[in-house]
Formats: sequence, C-alpha cells, structure tokens
Amino acid sequence: MNDRPFIVIGLIVFVAFVTTPIWRGVAARNVALAAPEIKVPAQEKHCVAPVSYMRTSHMHLLNEWRTGVVRSQQRQYTAYDGKVYEISLTRTCLSGCHGSRQEFCDRCHNYNGVATLNCWECHNDKPTARSEP
Amino acid sequence: MKITRKRFLQLSGLSLIAVIAKKLVRGVASVSASEGGAKKTRWGMAIDLQKCRRKDGCNLCIKACHSSHNVPHFADGRHEIKWVWKQSFEDVFPFAQTQYTRDVFAGVPVLLLCNNCDDPPCEDACAVGATWKRDDGVVMMDWHRCIGCRYCMAACPYGSRSFNWQDPRPAISAIHPDFPTRTKGVVEKCNFCEERLAKKLSPLCVENCEEKALVFGDLEQPDSEIRQVLRSRFALQRKPELGAGPSVYYLT
Amino acid sequence: MLISEKALVGGRSYWLWIACLLLVVLAGLLCYLHQLAQGLVITGLSRDVTWGLYIAQFTFFVGIAASAVTVVLPYYLHNCKQFCRLTILGELLAISAVIVSFLFIVADLGQPSRILNIVLNPQPQSVMFWDLIALSGYFLINTMIASGTIISSREHLPPPKWIRTLALISIPWAISIHTVTAFLFSGLPGRAYWLTAILAPRFLASAFSSGPALLILLCFVIRKLTRFDVGNEALDKLSVIVTYATAINVFFILAEVFTAFYSEIPDHEAGFEYLFAGMSGDYHLAPWMWLSFLLSLAALTLLLVPRWRTNTRLLIIACLCIFVSIWLDKGLGLIVAGFVPSPLGAITSYTPSLPEWTIVCGIWAFGALLTTVFFKTTFSAWCNHEVHAYLA
Repeated sequence: MNDRPFIVIGLIVFVAFVTTPIWRGVAARNVALAAPEIKVPAQEKHCVAPVSYMRTSHMHLLNEWRTGVVRSQQRQYTAYDGKVYEISLTRTCLSGCHGSRQEFCDRCHNYNGVATLNCWECHNDKPTARSEP
Repeated sequence: MKITRKRFLQLSGLSLIAVIAKKLVRGVASVSASEGGAKKTRWGMAIDLQKCRRKDGCNLCIKACHSSHNVPHFADGRHEIKWVWKQSFEDVFPFAQTQYTRDVFAGVPVLLLCNNCDDPPCEDACAVGATWKRDDGVVMMDWHRCIGCRYCMAACPYGSRSFNWQDPRPAISAIHPDFPTRTKGVVEKCNFCEERLAKKLSPLCVENCEEKALVFGDLEQPDSEIRQVLRSRFALQRKPELGAGPSVYYLT
Repeated sequence: MLISEKALVGGRSYWLWIACLLLVVLAGLLCYLHQLAQGLVITGLSRDVTWGLYIAQFTFFVGIAASAVTVVLPYYLHNCKQFCRLTILGELLAISAVIVSFLFIVADLGQPSRILNIVLNPQPQSVMFWDLIALSGYFLINTMIASGTIISSREHLPPPKWIRTLALISIPWAISIHTVTAFLFSGLPGRAYWLTAILAPRFLASAFSSGPALLILLCFVIRKLTRFDVGNEALDKLSVIVTYATAINVFFILAEVFTAFYSEIPDHEAGFEYLFAGMSGDYHLAPWMWLSFLLSLAALTLLLVPRWRTNTRLLIIACLCIFVSIWLDKGLGLIVAGFVPSPLGAITSYTPSLPEWTIVCGIWAFGALLTTVFFKTTFSAWCNHEVHAYLA
C-alpha cells in the first residue's frame, strides 16, 4: 500500500496543529504582543510583600495564606515591613488595594495563558467596602 | 566507579525506604506532639424543641445561615443544598415513640444541622483530608482540597452533607460578598460559623433566633450556658448508639 | 513494541469490532466532557443517593480483577497444568478490569483534576487510601507477570523465575483488593445494609463466581474466533470453581436475609425490603433483584449437575446467568440499598440517566478494547512448548 499520501496528510495536520497559537492568536490579532499594562493601586505604595517577590511567587504566598486560614486558623499576616494584614483574597487584595481583577490579575494571566485561574469560581471578585465583621 | 545495575537498584530502593521512613517518623512525631496540653474547647449546641416550635413556620435561622453563607436554592429537591433545615420529630427520632406515645410530639419541627461529632465518621472517610475535626470540636471543610468523591456523605450517619451537583452561583439570589461561594463538584455542610467563632461571635442561627431556642457554647466549660441548660433538662441526641459523639443536643 | 506488532494486524471482523468499540468509547467520552462542564447533575444521583452506577461498576470490576486468583492459585500453588493457557488470560483480564475500575472512580469524581490530592495529602485512616494502594500494586504485579510471560513465550524461552514469586504474591493481594473495597462500605456506621461483617466474604464469593464465568464465556468466544483454545479440561475445572463460588454466594445471601428478617430489627430489614419489595411506592428495583436471585438459582442448578455443567451450551447459559445475576446484585442493588432509606427515613428513587449510561458503556467499551488488544497479542505470541517451565 502506498503510504505517501497518508504521510503527507499527517505532516500537514501536524504542522497546522503545532502552529495553532500563531495563526489563531497573534496573526488573528487576538492577543497583543506587548506586555500588558496593569492597574497599580493609587493609595497603597507597598504590597504585603516586596514587588519582586510578588512578581515571581505570589501564588506561593496565596497558597500559604489559604492553608493558614482554612487549616491553621491563622487569619492575620505580618508583612515584611511589620504591617499586619487580614488574610483575605477579596477584602485585602481586591478591596484593600488592587480593585478589579479584570484590570489587575487578568491582564497578566490572560497574556501569559495562565487562564485557568479558578479562585474566582468561589471567591468574590467584586471588591466591596469594608463591611461589618 | 563502576556500579552494577543490581547494586544501583538496591541502593535506590534503600534510599527510598529511608526517605519514606523519615517522613513517617516526622509525621507520627507531629501528631503526638499536638495532643495533650491545656484543657480543650469543645463547641456544642443545644436546641430547645419547645421554644423552637412556638412560632409556626419560622425560618429565621435557616434564612440567616443560607443567605450569609451563599447556600444556593435549588427547586429540585434531589439536588438541594442545605446546611440547616427542619424535619418532623418522627423522621429524626423514628424509634423514640410508639403508636401509643406518638401524639405528644407529632409533627414537632426539629432543627437539623451538622452535628460536629467528636469522632466524625466523615473525617475517617475523607481520603484527601478535606474534612477534619479541629481542636475546638468544629468539623471543618476545605473546599480547595475536596475532590468530590462523596465518601464523606456516605459516611455521615445523619445526612448532614450536601453536594454541589452543578454550579451553585446561578441559584444564589443575592451573593453575600463576605463569604465565598462554593463551586460545582465539592461537598459542603454547616461549619458552626467558624469564621464568626474566630471573631468571638456566635453562629448566625443562634443569633437570629427570636425565641432564643438555640444555645451555643463550650461543652468543656462546666459553667457555660450550654452546660447549665443540659443540667436542667433531659436532652436527646441523634443516633448516639453509633458512637460518633455528636455535639448537638435536643432539649425536649 | 509487542502490542503494536500484534494488535494492528487483523482481519475485517477484527477491525469492525475495534471500530464499534471506539465509537462507543467516543460517545462515552463526549458525555463525560458534558459532565465535566455541567457537573454531576446530568446523572440520576441525588442528595440522598450520592453513589450510583459509577461506584457500583467500580465495585463489580474490582471483583472481576480479584477473580484472577481463581486461575493463578491452582496453576502456581497446585501445579494444575491444565490451566497453562488459561492463567495468562485471567491475568490480562485482571489488568483491564483494574483500569476500568479506576476509570469509573474518575468518572464519579466532582473535581477530577484534584485526584492527585489522594497522593499529595495521604490519609491512612481512610479506607480509600488503602484501596488506591492495593489496586495500584495489583495492577503493577499483574502487568509485570503478564508482560514477562508473553514476551518470554514469544521468544520461545522459559518464563523467568521471578514470575512465580510475583504470582504467589498476587494471590493474597487479589484477596486484599476486594476485601479493602468491601471495607469501604462495611465500616460506615450509618449505613445498615452495608454494616455487616459478611460483606467482604460476600464480595469475594460473588467475584470468584462472576469473574471466572466471564473468563469461561470469553474462552468460548476465543475458541470460535481464533486458533487459541484453552482446552476442555481447563474449562471444566474452572466451571467447578464457579459452581462452588456460586453456591457459597447464594448461601451468604440467604444468611444475610435470615439475620435481617429473623431478628426483625427494622434498620436491618429496611435495605432488603426496599430492594425486593419496594417501599413507599418505589419498587422499581424489585423485579431486577428477584431476577438476579432467580438467575443465581438457575445457574446453580445447571452447574451442580455434572452432565449439564460439562455440556457446552448449558455451561454458556449458566455463566451468562451468573454474570448477569451478580451484575444486578453488585453492580446495581448493593449501592442503592445502602442509601435508601436515607438517614432520615426518606425513600429516594435512583434511576441512572442516559448520559450516565453512555459514560458507563464508554468505559465498558474501553475495557473491552483493552482486553481485545491484550488477548490478541497473547494469541499471536504464544508458544505451547515452554508453558510448563515455570511450574514448581
């Protein structure tokens, strides 16, 4: 049996599949090439950890926070500058400083394709004023 | 240095065993270290059935709990999620009455919730540690870790747990911003308002009951309100013979 | 690769069979993607009946996997030479059965992407933890035995000596996988139908009855379609094992019924009453449970008489009866009766939905696909001369 047609078709399918990010993403102008601009909070100048650490390791901090609150009843975090924060994704990260997840978290996450962020399936992603205890 | 494959495998196997042994020893040590110490808290609740049935059809406790905790409302009873609810006395205590004594408590509503047992079967069942008993007696849920196998639901002798068969958010009329919702595929139940206990507040059901039918407190404190109430009247528990050690008492 | 050599070569009917299986697998997969998107709401499960067809099928197929011991033990421990061609088939069936069981668990999970949590956060007090260890170990052992046997047979060499050691280990291990699966149910304080010490023995008896029955049926199919024949002596001996196991299983069921109905304790009676008579107007399972019992009795009758048991047509009927009977009992009735009546006395009806059935069929088809590929590889590679070399 002459296998050449199958090989050629297979190669074409493979190349098309492997270059999907290019022709579906960039070439179709669905994704910008430049780095995203994130909205920096206006009032607060310091995050709960240095910016360089947060850039590389914010997911580790959030994991520690999650384990702390849920499993160890640690609801407060003392930052590197001595300030004490309530551990809460919505109240501290969003309401306290970063405001909207669309203008902050999503910008980088969508750009980098880390779009399976499922914190917001459960946690409230609309910042609120500091409500009653 | 030449090493035979057999020797290499032997060394690797020994190393693996050593690593696992160290982890085991650490694990055992940490468990035994956490036991003992000062007198523990044990949160418990006493539900006064006489006071509870004063107001016919009263649902204040359920409404307060479910709205603050974003518990969804599904019309289809098969997929309902409930942290606290009412059923009649005959359903809850089917062998407490006979045909000759049935009239006394016929139709009396009994408030049902997670019993936060002292030896919870659900904790034993959970294969990932998504549910466990805290030192203060609250049986916790970790919705980040739950894999939705529902073994805890099979293990619970009281039917206190609910599963999210679908995305709950569409079925929540007004999302309360201060508490997360859950996602489809995880099990949930009453958590004794542990987020409020952390702020030294009592559970929402207790606070919202206008008849003051719910008494909440530390069962280990001999002079707490709940202990006093339990000394004053006879209290029933659900299925005590199963040995789970429920922390919820029903004052008849 | 051995499998790709042998499994990609076949006649028209072979490829037709593979294509049909793949179609069913695809249908199941599509339904599963739907379940991933929507949640388990697409099944017939409910707050009261939280486990259903998926977990029941898991239980049933762990039994099939454990039943390999009925062909391994006589061969390796008692030098039963007639089993020389049968044992490898039993071991291969066990491998597919373990994979199928695992797939049923994954299909049942609400958050399957988190399944590694069982490994990352192990909980030794949970029976499910030990179930995972037992099933994984059994899978590894059988894979090593089977591949060692087939590869050495293809090379016309005697099988390596370590196969015998592994096979001897697999005997208590097989017992343990089904015991631990039974312990999943029989240690729960709130489920009276399951809270019985005889559940583990019942599981084993029904496994040793249904598993070899399936193997016998498969051997007849293989005899018809290929040149591979395990031999009448092997089938005779295996059918005797099925007979004993069926008799013991029926006895265990009757013993359970006695305890429940002679003691007249309501909680003990309730599960059986719901299954066989129905409660509160819900009796949709009753015809199936009675059918299961009658099929067991019919199979036992056919198997007990040697003249009937050795008759091919009657043996096939008996094996079909016993397989269906135990599937109805273990693969349907067992799980539901643990949940009905609920802890608060509610009678909630459970009927699997169409998407649920499709996913189940898809996983079955995948198991059939694996078994087909494994068996075909074996037939092509088998060398009759060296088979007795690894007996003691």
